[in-house]
Amino acid sequence: MSSYVQALLADVGVGLLGGLSVYVILSVGQLSLGNAAFMAIGAYVASMLTVWKGWPLDAALLAGAAASGLTGLIIGFPALRLRGIYLAMATLGFGEMTRSFFLNLEATGGAGGFHGMQKVSLASIWLWTVGLLVIVMLLERSRLWLEFRAVRDDETAAEMAGLDTTRLKLTAFTLSAAIGGVAGGLFAHHQLFIEPGNFAFERSVDLVLIAIVGGSEVAIGALAGSVILNLLPEALRFAANWRLAAFGALLVLILLVRRQGLLDRKLLDPVFRLFKRHG
Amino acid sequence: MADAPQPLLRLAGVGKQFGGVVALNAIELEVAAGEIVSVIGPNGAGKTTLFNVVTGAYTPDAGTIELAGRRIDGVKPHRIVAMGMARTFQNIRLFRSLSVSEHLQIALGAARRRGESAASGRARAAELLDLLGLADVADRPAAELPYGRQRRVEIGRALATDPKLLLLDEPVAGMSREESTAIADLLLVLRKRGLAVLLIEHDMSFVMNLCDRITVLDFGSVIATGTPAEVQNNPRVLEAYLGAEATDA
Repeated sequence: MSSYVQALLADVGVGLLGGLSVYVILSVGQLSLGNAAFMAIGAYVASMLTVWKGWPLDAALLAGAAASGLTGLIIGFPALRLRGIYLAMATLGFGEMTRSFFLNLEATGGAGGFHGMQKVSLASIWLWTVGLLVIVMLLERSRLWLEFRAVRDDETAAEMAGLDTTRLKLTAFTLSAAIGGVAGGLFAHHQLFIEPGNFAFERSVDLVLIAIVGGSEVAIGALAGSVILNLLPEALRFAANWRLAAFGALLVLILLVRRQGLLDRKLLDPVFRLFKRHG
Repeated sequence: MADAPQPLLRLAGVGKQFGGVVALNAIELEVAAGEIVSVIGPNGAGKTTLFNVVTGAYTPDAGTIELAGRRIDGVKPHRIVAMGMARTFQNIRLFRSLSVSEHLQIALGAARRRGESAASGRARAAELLDLLGLADVADRPAAELPYGRQRRVEIGRALATDPKLLLLDEPVAGMSREESTAIADLLLVLRKRGLAVLLIEHDMSFVMNLCDRITVLDFGSVIATGTPAEVQNNPRVLEAYLGAEATDA
């Protein structure tokens, strides 16, 4: 495999995890425009542990996920009092706050960035990616996810059906943050150099696009979304200067034709039934 | 009232204001176990606000609310559900992506947290589907059902929490005579099992035929309370509904 293909596949894996983290929040009906911040926390924490403390990568990734998840839990408490666009604005603010925190943190190089990480293997990236995707897909068939969907469909009715909607949203937010943390840690050990600019607003928007274009009703949508967002710009290289314009136009087209994203439950139903018969 | 058994629901001096607007003023209301009580009143009288205060969606500014002797004012709605109260909404609120049986499954959680076994929950859900005539559409998305059956799904979701008190906000609005009679029959069955019902309804024949007692609200205050016959002949009630001139004439 050429290093070009390897790099693309690594990007698809990291993007999938980032999109998956947004998907989990979408599952309780909320939109986060700040998930790049969770990637940043995972990236910096995991990198500090491997570079300074000599931790093995997998342990460092778990620590990064824990740090990011804990941050999600803490900021989730005040943030989840907001809904819809107000929560989106709050998460956007959180994203910018986190970016400027690392910009000013001299210990990790500030604007100069942080390096010294060991390269992660492609197999390792995809082991984590597929592992987390499978976990979320199993959760999708659990009672927890049924409750997530009820909260997404109608929060007031869910509360009056006896669900602790605050706890459910906080659970989703924390899970989302932890997955984003792993994505960040893998990103850092793939790029070998990170700087706060890697985790700016544009990254958060990319993650939302992956989740929505791929299919915001199913976890596996993050795979489709990440493939499209990472490979389509490459496929459009022939368009030269018009590449990004063509890319944007195609995204708009996809969402016009399939508002729910490329993959949805209806499309996957035959696949799930196949598994059930053989399972 | 000293010798009467403790009421299931008791509101004492409950008040709620929005800015300068007094939505509820010194409300006194009691519902006993196995009793069907209706709250009626002109539009804007505060009926839905009353429901929102009782179910914990709003915290009252004054007074106390007790469910089976325990204070519930200021308690979060899902906790109140767990203590044995459930409600339906004036505008049907179903879960868009969930099937009929999944609606019940969601609500069974409240009873499970009270110690109900999973097996007993499943049996109760199956029984509710039968009782509500929804067994044939159990696996269909609830949002695809006709209006009358959607109302039944909503009532089923409320009953699945295994409440002692059921609050219904206009349960037969927009229903045909046959459909609303069927709902009345259902409520009578439930009452026999000891369920108490507090309902808001504009359909007067439904209210007068079904309810044990009626409380009339006007401008946020209770202006009358009593049996259907007592309330129907109360001059203050006629005035609230028809205006002062009608009663003078």
